[in-house]
Parts: sequence; C-alpha cells; structure tokens
Amino acid sequence: MKFTIAVLVENKPGVLVRVASLFRRRGFNIESLTVGTTEREDLSRMTIVVKGDERVLEQVTKQLNKLIEVIKVSDVTKDSVERELCLIRVNAPSEKRGEIIELTNIFRGRIVDVAKDSFIVEITGDEDKINAFIDLMRAYGIKEVARTGKVAMVRGGKSGEK
Amino acid sequence: MRAADAFVRALEKEGVEVIFGIPGGAIIEIYDALYDSNIRHITTRHEQGATHAADGYARASGKVGVVFATSGPGATNTVTGIANAYMDSSPIVVFTGQVARSLIGNDAFQEADITGITMPITKHNYLVTDPKSLLRIVREAFHIASTGRPGPVLVDIPKDISQAEIEFEYPSKVELMGYKPKYEGHPMQIKKAAELIMKAERPIILAGGGVRISNAEKELTELAETIPAFVVTTLMGKGSISEYHPLCLGFVGMHGSKYANYALSESDLIIAVGCRFSDRTTGNATLFAPEAKIIHIDIDPAEIGKNIRVDVPIVGDAKKILAQMKKYLQYRQRKEWEEKVREWREKFPLKYRKEGFKPQLVIEKACEFFPDAIITTEVGQNQMWAAQFFKVKYPRQFISSGGLGTMGFGFPAAMGAKVACPDKEVIDIAGDGSFLMNIQELATCVHYEIPVKVFIMNNGYLGMVRQWQQLFYRERYSATCIGCEKISFEKIANGFGALGITVEKPSEIEDVFKFVKDNSDVPVVVDFRVDFQANVLPMVPPGKGLKDIIEGD
Repeated sequence: MKFTIAVLVENKPGVLVRVASLFRRRGFNIESLTVGTTEREDLSRMTIVVKGDERVLEQVTKQLNKLIEVIKVSDVTKDSVERELCLIRVNAPSEKRGEIIELTNIFRGRIVDVAKDSFIVEITGDEDKINAFIDLMRAYGIKEVARTGKVAMVRGGKSGEK
Repeated sequence: MRAADAFVRALEKEGVEVIFGIPGGAIIEIYDALYDSNIRHITTRHEQGATHAADGYARASGKVGVVFATSGPGATNTVTGIANAYMDSSPIVVFTGQVARSLIGNDAFQEADITGITMPITKHNYLVTDPKSLLRIVREAFHIASTGRPGPVLVDIPKDISQAEIEFEYPSKVELMGYKPKYEGHPMQIKKAAELIMKAERPIILAGGGVRISNAEKELTELAETIPAFVVTTLMGKGSISEYHPLCLGFVGMHGSKYANYALSESDLIIAVGCRFSDRTTGNATLFAPEAKIIHIDIDPAEIGKNIRVDVPIVGDAKKILAQMKKYLQYRQRKEWEEKVREWREKFPLKYRKEGFKPQLVIEKACEFFPDAIITTEVGQNQMWAAQFFKVKYPRQFISSGGLGTMGFGFPAAMGAKVACPDKEVIDIAGDGSFLMNIQELATCVHYEIPVKVFIMNNGYLGMVRQWQQLFYRERYSATCIGCEKISFEKIANGFGALGITVEKPSEIEDVFKFVKDNSDVPVVVDFRVDFQANVLPMVPPGKGLKDIIEGD
C-alpha cells in the first residue's frame, strides 16, 4: 500500500536531513519526497509518499511528530488533489512528430523543447496519468525522464494545516 | 557582553549547579567565562565519563545533567553517553565547542560534524550559526531536554560565536511551534481503563522507567493497593514501588523471576505505565500475555502500539493519570488470582547454588549492609544479578543502562549520582570487563573526593556473552576470556590514590562491607574473585516466550 502524507515543517537548515534520516533509521520506505515553500515564509511543506501498511503509516506519523521542527503531519492519501510534473525527452523523427503532438494534446501536455530528432514533453497530472503517458511514449523511444514527485492538498474547504 | 559570559550566565539562570566536562581549544572561551562563575565543574578523564556522569546525576536528582566537551574528538567521545541517555530518556544537555564558522566544512583541525553524527540519538540538536540566537537556544535546549519524554539535547557552539559580543537578554518563555508535550490524559480513556480494571480478574501493573521520570511512585503504589494488583517492573522501572512491598513481584523479562514472568503472562489485564515493551521485557512479542487486554499509559504517543497491540492507550503524564484513575476504582479482592501468584512465588523463588564464591551472595549481602545506598550497575551479568538480588526501597535508588546496555556506564554514573546526592552511599555493582571501560574516572573520584564504591564481580570473563556461548553456542568460548584474575584491581585503585581490597572467600564479605562502611568518605574498589561459572538464571532464551524460562540451578 502507498500513503501520501503532507508534513508542515519549520523552514530551517537541516530539517530535510532530519526527516530523511528518520525514515532511514526506522526502516520506512520513501517512494517520493518533495519540499517547497508555503504561504508562510517560515514554513515549508513536504509531501512524502510512503510504502507500507496502516501500522507503518501510524509510526511514520508519530515519529515525524516527535521531531521538534515538524509542526503538523496529515494523511492526504484520500480525498485530495494530487499533482506531479514530468519532463520526458522522447525520440521524435519527422514521420512520428504528428502522432506525438496529438498524444501530448490529448493528455494536455506541452512540447517545451524541439530538437532535430527529439522533443521534450511537459506533462502534469496524477501518478496514473503520468504513468499512462510514459507508457505511450515508450513506443517512440524515451531518452530521459525527470519527475518532480507528488504534491497534494486536501479537497474542499478544510485545510490540512490548521 | 562576551557571548561566552552571557552563555555561562544563562546556565546560572537555568539553575545549573554542576558541569561535567573536559576543556579544549574550541571551547576554551567558554571555560574562560566559567572561571568567574560559581557553577561547579568536574573535569572527568574522558568525555564518555562526563556524559555518563551527567546522566547519572540527572537520574539520581531529576535535574538536567550538563556536559561540556571540545570539538572533534571531544565531541565524538560523548556519542555513546548521548545514545545511552537517549535510549533511557535521561535529560542531559551537551555543549560542544566547534571550529569557527569560517572553517566549518573545511576539515579544519579538530572539526567533526557532531550535529550530523548525533541527529538520530538526540531528542534535538543545534548548531549555533548566529550569536544572537545563542541564549534562545540554551533556553530551548533545557526546555526540550527536561519536558515531555525527556532526552539528550546537544548544542554545538562555534568558537567565534562564543567570542562574539551580544546583549544579555534571557528569554522568559520558550516558543516552539512543533513541540507541545501533552500531560493531561484523556478523561474518557481514563474512565474506560478504570472500567476494564474493575472487570479484570487477573490484573497486573507493569511499571517502567516513566514512573520515575514522572515522579509517580506514590500514585503507582496507591493504584496497586486500591485495585489491588500485583506489580512487576521493567529493569528501568525498578523503584516504581518498594521491592519490599507485598504486592511487588520484582522485575520481569529475560532475567526476571519465574513467578513475575508467569504472573505477567497469565494475567487478563496489563496496566502498563511508562514502559515501551522492549524485547528484553516481553520476550517473543507474538507469545506475549496471550489473554491480556492492555492499558498503556505513556507520554510519548509513538510508543503506543509500536511493539505490542494496545486496547486502551492513554497519552499523558503518568502521575496525573494514575491519580485520576484511582478515583474510579474500588477495592475488590481477587482471591483465586492472588493465591495462584503466591503459589508461584513460593514454588519458584530466585535461587542459586550456594557452594563456592557466588556473585549473587555478594549482592544479597550488599543489600543487607547498604539497604539505602544508591546502586548503579555496569552491563551484563553484574547488572542482572544486581537487578535480581538488590531489593530497592525508594525511587531513583537503582540506576542502570537499560536500553543501550552500555558497559562502562555504571562507574561514571555512580560518580554523577554521588555528586547529586552526597549524603547517600553510592555503589557501582560492576563486572571486571565493564569497570575497565571507564576505569580512568578513578582519577576524577580521587581528585574531587567523590567517594563512590565499586564492587567488582570479577570472573575474568565477559560473563554474559560467555553464558550465551555456554548455553547457545556449544561452549565455544570465542574471545570472552579477558583474564582479569591476573589483574590486581587493588593495586590499580591504590595507584590512583583510592582504597583497594581483594576478596577471595565468601567468609570475608561481611568484614569487608563493615570496612567499606567505615570508609564512607573515600573511593573504594573491592575486587570480589567470584566463581567464573556462575550464570544469570532464570533466563528466557532469545526468541522464546516469557513462560519458556530456564530455571536456576
């Protein structure tokens, strides 16, 4: 099973190391981890995707909460908007360019760089959408993939951070 | 004001009475400031000794222990002591000197990334990067170390920070967005627990080190008497209730008595207070107390459900929770259960073969002669015999390295405990192997006239490992013989300026203890040449359930 947790932390040097070190030491598996700023300058937000069962999720949450610089940990696995951004460098010989452009449009992606025989495609969406698009691109030959990892936010009026 | 002076003033504000440490280049500025202060400083002979001494001081007094060490090797030498304090939730604050900020990251002389190194073994740590934040950090460090579930905090202070000029403005309160320990137990949960207790036919209390930390010994004893319920303790929980109390069954787990282990295993309700269900306490967790429901009281929510499933968790301060719980309870005798436990107690007492020179006898006699002494232990057989045969009377009387199992802890910890409680006799029950690991602190004891007593159960082996090799590794005694029967601890003690005595026969024990009593104002090392074959029994073999216990012979 996979869980997505949002961790609100103080924006101080070393916080990322503390969080990462905790995962390593306790033997939790990180699938992806993103960090970024928030609406407040003194706070950062991490979105971490963890592999494990309910017990692992419980321990991860509790252990994270013990870190002094961690302010709030929320499980945003359910009922949330999840997005990831992905850049794909794909082979694009002239006879295939039309197909690739069409597929990119269907997935609401954008071609952000055009070279002699390749494109860089930018695509955003949830994990499944990005996986599906990558699968389609394999037919043309993928040269490089860069994914940001997931960010997430709970739907509706409630804030996960208050 | 020079930051170093402001820093020392901050320590005075925190009520620091004593510091254990060793000066060095990166912390010299702070030592210079300390020269003008009334705070007592004890220069240990190794930084590991300083951290254990501060830890022993903290456990004996309930106050925060303070350590100073210089950068690089000074700082790295504190690591074992910090890990030890972390595992046993002991409040210490370690201040390390660091190379100047401009040199950090350059592999400068005596530079070590001590905040990086200690991250997983501190409750929190700081590298001071701005002189203006120094006093706030000191304030936070003491606050974090001593509140909630206590633990070690390390503050790394670059040399140029201690040399900087700052204003002395000591913050009156601490504001930490992400740190708010919860002390009040949830009233509904407390009520629910009380209902379970009233219904239980075979209730038992399992008391851990959290009882001491919360100063909840009185409330725990009252709870036991109110229900009434028998009490077993973890190693760290020794002293949660007087071991002379009829409801106390002593300590439980790998080397607990058979009756304590049986009572815990056969109970239908465990009221666990301030313990973390370590593998040494539970034995094989899947076989642990199969019929018991579990109430778990702990201030650290992460301990609940970590090792053992729990039916009623209560997060908060044990003292408060136990006092509230008592209000919902009425005395109800459970005759059948009481009789059963009494029967086990009579049938399976702690015992050992009396012929020869047995370490257990030394400890039984020590308990008889020094019933009020603070006992520290090293780690291994000596520790388990002390736990089995020294009956503890009052809180904070028994100080031992439980979680980390640090050989070399007991002696410097005894030194710290003696500094905290100068009017009490303090005895380190030691093994020959463990004592040698921090023996240099004899110099400290003699120099500062800290008259601790060391009773060495000298069997010439790393005895606990030897025991495992005998029982589980077909008597292949790989690397455990250390030949300490060839060493004269008596002469070593004399060489340091302490008293040393060698005891060859059990018939000499009483006279020696009388002599030790008469020399309570000097450090004394007694070398008991005990039988090397003596084992710690009973024993639950690793991986087995608590009832699968090898009995004493």
